[in-house]
Amino acid sequence: MIKEAGFLARADLQTLLDRLHDLGYRVIGPVVDDAAILYRDIDRVEQLPLGYTDDQAPGSYRLSQVDTPRCFAWADGPHALKPFLFAPRETMWQVARDSDGRLAFSAVDPRPAKALAVVGVRACDLAALALQDRHFLDHVNDPYYEARRAGLFLVAVHCAYPADTCFCASTGDGPRATTGCDLALHELDDGFIVEAASPRGHAVCDGLSLRAIDDDQRRAANDALSEAAHRQFRRLPSTDLHNGLLARLDHPRWEQVASRCLACGSCTSVCPTCFCHAESDAPSLDGNDSEHLREWDSCFSAGHAQLHGFQVRPEIRQRYRQWLTHKLGSWHEQYGRSGCVGCGRCITWCPVGIDITAEANAICADTIEEAP
Amino acid sequence: MNPYLPREAEIVSRHEESATTFSLGLRLTDGQPYRFAPGQFNMLYLYGCGEVPISIVGDDPVAGTLSHTIRAVGRVTQGLQQLAVGDRIGLRGPYGRGWPMAAAEGRNLIVVTGGLGCAPSVSIIHHVLDNRARYGHLSILQGVKHADDLIWREQYDAWAALPDVTVGLAADVASPGWHGHVGLVTALFDQVTLQPEQTLAMLCGPEIMMRAAAEQLHARGVAADDIYLSMERNMQCAVGHCGHCQHGGRFVCRDGPVFAWPEVRALLGVRGF
Amino acid sequence: MNKPSIAVHKFSSCDGCQLAFLNAGEELLTLAGLVDIRHFLEAGVADEQARVDIAFVEGSISTDEEVERIRRVRENSTLVVTLGACATAGGLQALRNLDDSHTAWKNAVYAQPAFIRTLDRAEPVSAHIKVDFQLWGCPVNGRQVLAAVRQLLFGVLPAVVHDKVCMECKRQQAVCVMVTSGKPCMGPVTRTGCGALCPRFGRDCYACFGPADDVNTDALSQRLEGLGLPPADVARRFLFITSQAPAFHAAGLRHYRPGFVDD
Repeated sequence: MIKEAGFLARADLQTLLDRLHDLGYRVIGPVVDDAAILYRDIDRVEQLPLGYTDDQAPGSYRLSQVDTPRCFAWADGPHALKPFLFAPRETMWQVARDSDGRLAFSAVDPRPAKALAVVGVRACDLAALALQDRHFLDHVNDPYYEARRAGLFLVAVHCAYPADTCFCASTGDGPRATTGCDLALHELDDGFIVEAASPRGHAVCDGLSLRAIDDDQRRAANDALSEAAHRQFRRLPSTDLHNGLLARLDHPRWEQVASRCLACGSCTSVCPTCFCHAESDAPSLDGNDSEHLREWDSCFSAGHAQLHGFQVRPEIRQRYRQWLTHKLGSWHEQYGRSGCVGCGRCITWCPVGIDITAEANAICADTIEEAP
Repeated sequence: MNPYLPREAEIVSRHEESATTFSLGLRLTDGQPYRFAPGQFNMLYLYGCGEVPISIVGDDPVAGTLSHTIRAVGRVTQGLQQLAVGDRIGLRGPYGRGWPMAAAEGRNLIVVTGGLGCAPSVSIIHHVLDNRARYGHLSILQGVKHADDLIWREQYDAWAALPDVTVGLAADVASPGWHGHVGLVTALFDQVTLQPEQTLAMLCGPEIMMRAAAEQLHARGVAADDIYLSMERNMQCAVGHCGHCQHGGRFVCRDGPVFAWPEVRALLGVRGF
Repeated sequence: MNKPSIAVHKFSSCDGCQLAFLNAGEELLTLAGLVDIRHFLEAGVADEQARVDIAFVEGSISTDEEVERIRRVRENSTLVVTLGACATAGGLQALRNLDDSHTAWKNAVYAQPAFIRTLDRAEPVSAHIKVDFQLWGCPVNGRQVLAAVRQLLFGVLPAVVHDKVCMECKRQQAVCVMVTSGKPCMGPVTRTGCGALCPRFGRDCYACFGPADDVNTDALSQRLEGLGLPPADVARRFLFITSQAPAFHAAGLRHYRPGFVDD
């Protein structure tokens, strides 16, 4: 349960970062780099994107500076929490071969030197994290994910600045962070309403100089979130997408979107819930030892559904259909909900600006008209 | 316990089944026990090159060996083909859900396979013959594209000679000396006496074949829930994490590879899934 | 036990791909211990007729002499592996294939064109002989070359890289230069293998590793036009280092007019 802890003056934000460092965390936060807001190691509040905001559209992302004292006046950039837990590339195990050909396998110790604390996480990414937790921890524990997940400390920021590509209100995953974090912040011009959502979060608050919150601050924060939800104009169909999409596997729209789709895999890479990964081997040149790796894969890649001499999905049409029917449809069978959290990254970071909400609405259009 | 870490296995025997198919007998060198169910698979690791999912054909509990029949069709399986007795590889498993051998007890079994990849069904036959009293009549129907593709011909003859076993062979293209049916394996259904209520069917092969076989068996009165089939997809992690093997909402490696027909019926043989 | 033998043959090329071996540093010493290098001019070993297990071929086939020589390489080698864009897809010099300007260019460039004996077309090695494995890139990625050598020494073919540069760009956590600044990046149609080198430094990919599998060049062309590129520039994006790769050749020609260089 999230509970109000108090008001942290803007001038005291540094004490939160210091407290996390003092507790032994590696602190990650948003910074401006490579023309985008990215998660990087931080230790000073001056590194935060003070005064920056973003303009996102299908296939386009631009940063600009505005006259605001705020540090979190933007919507998510390309980086989700995903890469910190489900690494883009990592070694899983090593094997040495001796002169008699005997093999000795050893797993890589996945425990990080320091647990991570991530500052600035949005509600959509918390929802995505919950889904990745289920994928990597529910049936068979993935030791690499688990080791990084175990100590993770999350400072959420309720999202008052959705991008034009955002639709978390439609998926029910935002803009307010309601669960899955340790602390949550409402950013106001003069500081932050701090909420604690876990015993660890409460413990961190104990070291901060928090003041009482007044009703005006509370109202301003809540109004901003209501407005953030109302400002979102993209939405997924509110019908049963699992049955709706699977009943329309021959819809002409699949061919139409395939003519635009590059099958580049950018959408699946920036998607905070996509989990596909490929395994490969990297032996040393002398052949005496080898590493077994995994790296992000995509259902848009040619190798994804390749089976000795048989390609399950040779056409881009089939690959896009696989992505959409899985993300919005069969995910329900697997994890009891849609695999989409409404972050809009796949729309912004698609080089040709394909819009998942537009495609889903076009394919399910007749269902929507039938709806009351 | 790291689910991805292979154990070392030594090749203790190898046998050429055909120009492209070979069998490896493997023994785990750590001496730890290993149990599997018919229809499950192992991930075999060729040193420095990669892992491949291979169905477990059978085991010899006394000798502590496991046998795998492998078709050399990709870079890793072609590499495995070059190995000799005494060579070491990696092995992890068993994985997945196998055939419903417990539910099949007391029933007549009809095993229908198509193509070269019949290894998953051989494990059924071994299990039934090792536990003969628990099962009713066993029908083994094997289809191949070309008569020359059939491996284990002597084995089929030996099975056919056993009491309460029927063997039917079909080839799309016959060759001299072929005594089996010429045509689809499903045509063999006419040659077996099917008692639909007593029968449990197990299918293995190309999806189009399995779909046709399931529909025809169902039309002949076999309950949909009594038809099982083994699916094949790209599998890399074998524990439902890597995502390649998804068939609709199913992870073939973990939820399968053996499914009851109704579980996969909607997308079975649908191109692109 | 006999060590496997290799040869590195040079055809029409700049030698840059051979440097992938020479730049391997300590790994080159390891390699020298693993294989018997029978022919490699850049490394000072010359026996062009040597019979070898693996021949690496750099460069395109651009002269009569090369047509004969590549056939001999095939006869003398168990496996032939192309090394880089020229050998795999014709390279820059294959731009002369696009129109019949070979003779005109030759006469314009050289003082004594009569001494220049080249074919009208520069072709990838695979146009002349069977190739067992192809390594792309201008130049090749040295680590990829050594990894391929290792797999061949294990007796298996190297794994084919299917992915597009975008996949590797995202794995490297680089930021898309097309989305943030409208640069005409070729990553969505280009085979990875370079480690997304250019986008990681804020530069648009120029497709030196050639086309990936299953590319949608029409969709990218449309996007490039949407970014303001005139048709001649769209054509140039495809008809550059790997212009003879079929997917790029076809895409480029849809926007190409002979003589567009004068536009």
